[in-house]
Amino acid sequence: MTQLILFNVFNGLIVGAFYALMALGLSLILNLSGVINFAHGGFLALGAYFAYALIPYVGFWGALVLSPILTGVVGLVVERLLIRPLYGRDPLYGLLLTFGLAYMLEDGVKYVWGPQSLPFEAPTWLMSSLSNDYFFLTGYRLFMILIVVVAVAGLFGVLGYTRLGMRIRAGTRDLETVSTLGVNTRLLRSLNFGLGVYFAGLAGVLAAGQLGLEPTIGDGLIMPSFVAIIVGGLGSLVGTLFGGLLIGVVSGLTTVFWPAASEAVIYVMMGLVLLLRPRGLLGEEGRIV
Amino acid sequence: MPNETLAPVVDRRTFVKTALAVGAATVASPYIIPARAADVVKLGMANPLTGTYAAFGKNESIGCQLAVEEINAKGGILGRQAQLIIEDSTSGDAGTAVQKSRKLIDSDHVNFLLGNVNSALALAMAGVSNEKGVLHIDPGGHTDAVTGKSCHWNVFRVCNTTAMEANAVASALVKSYGKKFYYITPDYAYGHTVEAGLITAIKKLGGERIGGDLAPLGTVDFSSYLIKAQAAKPDVILFLVAGNDLINALKQAVQFGLDKKFHLAGALMELEVLEGLPTEARIGTWLLEWYWNQPNVPHLDAFVAGIKKKTGRVPTARHWFGYVGGWTCALGAEKAKSLKALDIAKALQDFALPPEVALGPNKAYYRANQNQLLDTIYVGLAKAKGSAPDDLFDVKTLVNGADVAISGTLEESGCKMTWPT
Amino acid sequence: MTRARALDIAVIAALATMPYWMAAIGGYTELASRIVVMGLAAMSLNFLLGYTGILSFGHAAYFGLGGYGAAMAIKYFGWGTLPAMALGIVVATLAAAVIGALIARRRGVYFAMVTIAFGQVFYFIALRWNQVTGGDDGLTGWRRVPIDFGFAKLKIEQNDKAFYYFALVVFIICVAAMARLIASPLGRSLIAIRENERRARFLGLAIDSRVWLSFVISCFFVSVAGTLYALLNNFIDPRALHYNLSGNLVIMAVMGGMRSFWGPLFGAAIFVALQDYLSSHTDNWMFLIGLVFVLVVRFFPRGLVGVLSRGSAA
Repeated sequence: MTQLILFNVFNGLIVGAFYALMALGLSLILNLSGVINFAHGGFLALGAYFAYALIPYVGFWGALVLSPILTGVVGLVVERLLIRPLYGRDPLYGLLLTFGLAYMLEDGVKYVWGPQSLPFEAPTWLMSSLSNDYFFLTGYRLFMILIVVVAVAGLFGVLGYTRLGMRIRAGTRDLETVSTLGVNTRLLRSLNFGLGVYFAGLAGVLAAGQLGLEPTIGDGLIMPSFVAIIVGGLGSLVGTLFGGLLIGVVSGLTTVFWPAASEAVIYVMMGLVLLLRPRGLLGEEGRIV
Repeated sequence: MPNETLAPVVDRRTFVKTALAVGAATVASPYIIPARAADVVKLGMANPLTGTYAAFGKNESIGCQLAVEEINAKGGILGRQAQLIIEDSTSGDAGTAVQKSRKLIDSDHVNFLLGNVNSALALAMAGVSNEKGVLHIDPGGHTDAVTGKSCHWNVFRVCNTTAMEANAVASALVKSYGKKFYYITPDYAYGHTVEAGLITAIKKLGGERIGGDLAPLGTVDFSSYLIKAQAAKPDVILFLVAGNDLINALKQAVQFGLDKKFHLAGALMELEVLEGLPTEARIGTWLLEWYWNQPNVPHLDAFVAGIKKKTGRVPTARHWFGYVGGWTCALGAEKAKSLKALDIAKALQDFALPPEVALGPNKAYYRANQNQLLDTIYVGLAKAKGSAPDDLFDVKTLVNGADVAISGTLEESGCKMTWPT
Repeated sequence: MTRARALDIAVIAALATMPYWMAAIGGYTELASRIVVMGLAAMSLNFLLGYTGILSFGHAAYFGLGGYGAAMAIKYFGWGTLPAMALGIVVATLAAAVIGALIARRRGVYFAMVTIAFGQVFYFIALRWNQVTGGDDGLTGWRRVPIDFGFAKLKIEQNDKAFYYFALVVFIICVAAMARLIASPLGRSLIAIRENERRARFLGLAIDSRVWLSFVISCFFVSVAGTLYALLNNFIDPRALHYNLSGNLVIMAVMGGMRSFWGPLFGAAIFVALQDYLSSHTDNWMFLIGLVFVLVVRFFPRGLVGVLSRGSAA
């Protein structure tokens, strides 16, 4: 039994890392723009399909690099045209708009590539197990962890050490002051949105290797991302990271004892956090969007 | 700073009012349908065209369309032209499925209702069709209840029952692989019945269930279940999940290298699933309900060509289900010489499909008092690549579904059919 | 007669005769019933959203709970229609009371997120508790039964029109009650909270308890709509609890006009008819519905009513 539990904790961390990747993108957008991007799952699907389309031309590694960038660009365009006019208005409208956008992305992808599952060929040498005893540690999962680590490190690097990152962090605290200091906040928000969507696209490429590639691929992944943010704490990226890992582990462990509850348990966790510590485990006091 | 919102060129109110007027006219006018000539026989299909089952629903509707075209080419139904109306039932929303069924029956006045891929929606639609006394064919909804404990005189089903599936594949599994089985079962009615059927069938052949798990429908990450399966050290891991869940499960199982340690197999497989798997995951023993690449079956080439012309791809079992559904309506009406549902239902008792519709080696007929099509089941091995790009299955055994050992007795099906007086 | 009163009468008259003129434009009685049920649900949501100014994105949970309660009463206990509806309503309202108490202090996006979270808990319970709720297959194998009034029987189980009028009567009772509540001092205080919560607090109004009350009342009425929905379909499934439905209810309210009483009903009518029409004519109706969401938010945030009654000012 202990072996089983250990396996599931470890595996949960792997799955959680993936959730964290999604959630970080969502968190970036939420923190700076105050928009709950319901379309995040749709962008994930877009990233997966772009990768599928690019592989014949640039191979898997090329697709891994290019697809998220392409998705991020689509995100930029969406922000500029649709989301920008909503800033300053009731958050209801941002929610509704991204909700509708989610429908459009899913159906758009279905229109272009069809409803049937498409075979996504990741490199074979990745797709095998590395050790007999720890067979669940496949090359692909390790690769996923590596990518997540690199991406997260890159994100925190950008946020901590570049001008753009500094502005994003400052804007999260007080956008108005940042604007009066001469920063083009409209451009800043666009870039931030694009960055958040980039992460969704990256998650999409990774997901396509593990899951069936079809238009609803993003559906089941958006809600755990929200939960990760709420549990970790609104406004805190480290919190989001932690939240993602936590729900991955909790969900994995629940599957051992009570599989039917493995999804509901993360919402129960979310409810508990909201009631007992509404700012989230690592969130800052008063940071309510 | 420039104004962020676009300053309208036209007064917004006028624009909106004009748009509403134009919109209302376009929406309203097709609704005002001119009195149609009464000599059209209508088939109404409510199947998923969006959501998880969209691919299956779409393929069934294409098969049915082909059938209707052929029917019309041959003179129609009782001398009248046939027309197929297709509605999207969505993949899971029973409310919409029921609404569309009612629309087809009450508003479009269809003579026949077809659907649904989703078992639960099939049952819901059967409730409506029975209430309204309309002949209903379920091409691809697998839950046993449709021709089991919830059977109705007016509802016929094309695809297999779980008993047929379990009995057909059990001997191949035990003979080829061994005695110890671990089950990964989807946690809903269909999954439970398939598992129960397999456990019984395998037990009769000397095998046993050494463990298993119920995975919720829509499970994305199967690692926990696979970890447990590996710990149980079976001969075979049986994957009873379907559709996308099966793709996820197999992809992950192969990534874990489990195919090198154990045999991976299951019951129902579909060509759509095989096509969605990467080449290294196209493995295992399964059954298909119909396959396009069969030697020595007359008329098969014509059907394959017909579907290829419409879609550019070979037919799957789903195309065939829809095709049979459409033809059953026409043939039933011809035999009964009437469009009344009760007459047609009676004419379809023990009705055998002609070879150009059955498209298989054995007889295919609707068992009386159950309305279940008993036909050939194709047991074999999935393969990564075949002689043609879509040849992904090696048929090893052709099982005759009409054999009682496979289909089970009428008693066992649980169907107690009552006929209106 | 005031314009408002004239509008009320016009709407009721249109609804009372809907099955008849509906068929003439290609509709059917079941569609009319669906519009009434969704209209009630949207108007119930608007009690909270439009009048109190609080966004709930999880109302489908109480809609679905009402439906499941009624369905289970008919299927497992063999109750009649009215007692079954009562059970569904009681269960859903109790749930709303408990959850409302837990979340009444939150606002804005937080409140919305919590409502989604709790909504999803109920969704997964309905989805996974196979023995009781039927799981993914939903609760099937039951049908609505005729209502025995003692002196007469209303055959709602066979006659579409009979069911429509039954649903309409329930609808009218509910909206009349809602209108009463809105006109009452409680209703006025809710509007005050919507307009300026801080000022309302300074005036001495107990905000959180009023928000709770508004939430419970709103969920009470939405659960009535839920019971009607189950009866309409002779079926209830977990989709009725999913946040997709919640989102649809919000867009109905917004599309029709959040600030007006009848707005959500118009929004529901447009949305239901539009979805029915589009899905019959194209596979890609989801894209178009999504586009509708986007267009409404971008160009018609005040909804149909807002657009028709105001000028071009935003």
